[in-house]
Amino acid sequence: MLSFHRNTYFHAMHQYSSLKSVQSEIKEGKIQLVELVEGYLQRIEEKKHLNAFVEVYADEAKLRAAEIQKKIINGNAGKLAGMILGIKDLICYKDHNISAGSKILENYNSIFSSTVVERILAEDAIIIGRQNCDEFAMGGSNENSYFGPVKNDADNTKVPGGSSGGSAVAVQADLCMASLGTDTGGSVRQPAAFCGVVGLKPTYGRVSRHGIIAYASSFDQVGPITKSVEDAALLLEVIAGHDDHDSTCSTAPVPAYSQQLSFTGKKRIAYLPETLNSDGLDPEIKAITENTIKRLIEEGHEVEPISFPYLDYVVPTYYILTMAESSSNLARYDGVHYGYRSQNAVDLESTYKKSRSEGFGDEVKRRILLGTFVLSAGHYDAFYGKAQKVRRLIREKTDEILENHDFILLPTTPGPAFGIGEKTDDPVVMYLADIFTVQASLAGIPAISLPVAISKSNLPLGIQFIGKRFGEAELLAFSKYVLNVTKKEVV
Amino acid sequence: MNIDNETIAKMAHLARLDVNPNEQASLLKDMNNILHFMEKLNELDTSTVEPLIYLTDEVNVFREDEVQTEVSPADALKNAPMQDGTYFQVAKVIDKG
Amino acid sequence: MKTEQKTLSQEVFEKYELVVGLEIHAQLSTATKIFSSDSAAFGAAPNHHISLVSLGLPGSLPKLNKKVVTFAIKMGLATNCTINRVNRFDRKNYFYADLPKGYQITQDEMPICQRGYVAITLKDGSERKIRLNRIHMEEDAGKSIHDRDQRSSLIDLNRAGVPLIEIVSEPDIRSAEEAAAYLSEVRKLVRYLDICDGNMEEGSLRCDANISVRLKGDTEYGSRCEVKNLNSIRNLQRAVNYEFKRQVQLIEEGIKIEQNTLNFDAATGVTSVLRSKEMAYDYRYFPEPDLPPLTLSEELIQQIKDELPELPEQRVKRYRESFALSEYDAQLLTSDKAVSDYFQEVVNHTSNYKAAANFINGPVQSYLNENPAENIKMKLPAESVALIISLVDDGKINNTAVTQQLFPALVKNPGVDVLDMVQELNLLIDTDSDGLLKYIDQAVSMYPDKVTEYHKGKKGVLGLFMGEVMKLSKGKIDPKTANKLIVEKLDLLK
Repeated sequence: MLSFHRNTYFHAMHQYSSLKSVQSEIKEGKIQLVELVEGYLQRIEEKKHLNAFVEVYADEAKLRAAEIQKKIINGNAGKLAGMILGIKDLICYKDHNISAGSKILENYNSIFSSTVVERILAEDAIIIGRQNCDEFAMGGSNENSYFGPVKNDADNTKVPGGSSGGSAVAVQADLCMASLGTDTGGSVRQPAAFCGVVGLKPTYGRVSRHGIIAYASSFDQVGPITKSVEDAALLLEVIAGHDDHDSTCSTAPVPAYSQQLSFTGKKRIAYLPETLNSDGLDPEIKAITENTIKRLIEEGHEVEPISFPYLDYVVPTYYILTMAESSSNLARYDGVHYGYRSQNAVDLESTYKKSRSEGFGDEVKRRILLGTFVLSAGHYDAFYGKAQKVRRLIREKTDEILENHDFILLPTTPGPAFGIGEKTDDPVVMYLADIFTVQASLAGIPAISLPVAISKSNLPLGIQFIGKRFGEAELLAFSKYVLNVTKKEVV
Repeated sequence: MNIDNETIAKMAHLARLDVNPNEQASLLKDMNNILHFMEKLNELDTSTVEPLIYLTDEVNVFREDEVQTEVSPADALKNAPMQDGTYFQVAKVIDKG
Repeated sequence: MKTEQKTLSQEVFEKYELVVGLEIHAQLSTATKIFSSDSAAFGAAPNHHISLVSLGLPGSLPKLNKKVVTFAIKMGLATNCTINRVNRFDRKNYFYADLPKGYQITQDEMPICQRGYVAITLKDGSERKIRLNRIHMEEDAGKSIHDRDQRSSLIDLNRAGVPLIEIVSEPDIRSAEEAAAYLSEVRKLVRYLDICDGNMEEGSLRCDANISVRLKGDTEYGSRCEVKNLNSIRNLQRAVNYEFKRQVQLIEEGIKIEQNTLNFDAATGVTSVLRSKEMAYDYRYFPEPDLPPLTLSEELIQQIKDELPELPEQRVKRYRESFALSEYDAQLLTSDKAVSDYFQEVVNHTSNYKAAANFINGPVQSYLNENPAENIKMKLPAESVALIISLVDDGKINNTAVTQQLFPALVKNPGVDVLDMVQELNLLIDTDSDGLLKYIDQAVSMYPDKVTEYHKGKKGVLGLFMGEVMKLSKGKIDPKTANKLIVEKLDLLK
């Protein structure tokens, strides 16, 4: 039971602002880390209706808080000491259940931790729970979860975005200080935009995928969802870097991102006019993007339109490739060695078909079928092979733009958070909502969504910057600067 | 191009999924819709373009041939839907040979 | 169902040509699996040699075992292949209970080796080159056991992820004999290279045969059937011969050959359908995104080339030139690397190369046929063999005694000194010719009718007398001397 004192204390003092202030307050004895955890636990309970968490590690978090408190006092705590965060239900944590938002893994218990979890725990972070997401990361609204939809805290009738919806809402609603989500085609950035928080997708290969339940292997990356750019930088610093377990993980050295956030100088920024003229672009989002351009020019930066002729092709390219890869990655969920097995399994074939059909949701099944098709004999060249070639065109063009510019500016999403259940009957319309986020994923380069404004209907609005390959340091420093310079605007 | 129910059935079999007969019609419609959308890529000339296969620049990523035991047999079977302490068990395969 | 093997005439069969290509899977003898560090060793308790990767757990990622690449290159170099400097892995997607990921990681589009050949020699002395299409690396699947439990199949993933190289030949093979010679040669090569123990019974070497027939002179290939999992050279020959007859019969009856996957029943000698073409699988190969490509350096390949052991073909040549051995002797000696190594050690201690070859191709080889896993070096050191040879050369013991008494005794009692054993078995040739004459008299008196036969011209009965003298003397005679004296005695009796 939480005391009244702690309750008011939390609300009065702990709209979390920075990890540094948490650490100093703990050191100064002003607060106890356990109290902080309890405050968050209470808030999670209060905001249960948001359905952000699949599971809360209440006792564990409190125990750990006590240990880490001691380390902070003793001065031998890790970089993330004092940070209370949540992880998306796709990130393995040893001896904890993980379900990928799916019935097919409802009772699955991971026997190992992902590298990112090992790294944050080694730096004394506290993991308070696992967060709801679209099933196997397939979705842009967190309405595809076996555990039910997640609600946007700004307006409970709206979606939080997806697939890392729970992770974004948790930060938005102060259910934890930060989250680790995964971004395959926008699944960290888009919910960050819908929820008014910062969301970063690192360069492909920057962060290890060992222990991350695979959706599309040549796209998936773990990304931090945070209130501040500083926290995103710190989390990236801790989780990034070579991992022996992941053969695709880069050996490039990891800069001390958190120490490289001061920004000076003038930058060259490209914006893509095709994005601003895009069909169905919400006028408020268009406005904040244009305002950002104006603001940056005022500050002395070079901002110019550079044509990107492939905008209409990014979404079909993305979906062909991710559906194909995921159709293969999800073949292991077969009811044989782990996961859900149907009661109606009488032989191997029925074990497969019934377990998979009963265990997977509709969107997952549809993508598996399409992914199977685009790889199938006679169709591979026209679809998968073709998409691989177009991917190269997209990447090369994007790289070319970034050779002459430091960043690319574009909206994160075509509109603000839409209504729960408003989901259109037309899947293509749904997929097209990813039009601004998939480009960076196709090119394998870093991109960040920044919460720059609130809409007239009180919904968060975000904009996006794409950076150079392994250019997260510059991207983060610039992002911090942009947030300062634009300060949250009401359109 | 347009796919038909037979193609869906073939794909479903390859992917070991059952398609509910009630869903058949809407699934067919949606899949054709999506495939048609994907065919937009044909507007681009890629005849001289190499496919982009790897997103990483790493090559020759090897490990040494040294035994490391990280998982106990108990853990191996831990999440098995059916096991007898030694083997994974699956309902009997009927030999269709 | 067994096709009635109607008696078509030999003439009819001779109109047709057999066309066979073999796919051989060799399990590599690395310590760990191809994509993970769990043990690849055979024989562990079920589900003990496993890891996150071999279990296909969510979130697991493969990592390539460097030694597998080295072994594959070795085989490629030994079979005159082009080593593809750039090669990569692909996913082969299908469902089976012993395939935890629902796909096998293999090499489809860009295998590590291509276009080589294996030279074989047939019984009639003719030589052929069987071309290789490719050699590629891939992972093995686990094991399903269907006949132990009534209501369920049991799955053991120990073997899941064990490294394999698949050696694919062109359809150049034209007879069961050629098929056997080719499989035998491949088996020999992998053992010489020390990359696979070549044990077909245990499954470390497995063979699938693609068999078709066509009229002689035709350039088009006929429909082929694939016979899977042949687990011995003999079964390969039987299956090939059976399929040839079956397919010719069908064609002669005007029936089209269905392109099927077949199983060979070793007990009945018959093939049956495992999978029909309609059920032919669409594997939807695509590049494995979790594994970066390989770009092999010239240095690496040269280094491996430099470290290649002497290959059987080279050894045969050397034995013929340096030791003046016949082709037959040299081939037999080199058919197993361990035996060949043993021979080489023996000839370090003796210059009677022919005797060494005979000893090893004779009693040693027979012994090893009965006791396949034996390490003969441990039982009978090379120096001991050289000593035995010199004893025979010096006329101190005879060869029959060596084969029938000394050798068996020595292998049964390893460590016992050769001379001690000779003494103990009382094998030293009695140079006392009186003793010898006594035995001869005894032998001759035992078979008076044979003596008569000898006088009538049947010289063959000499062998009988020799054998008897040998028995009576307990082998302690010099055969040459004995033979001379027996003939003298018999002539005397005329």
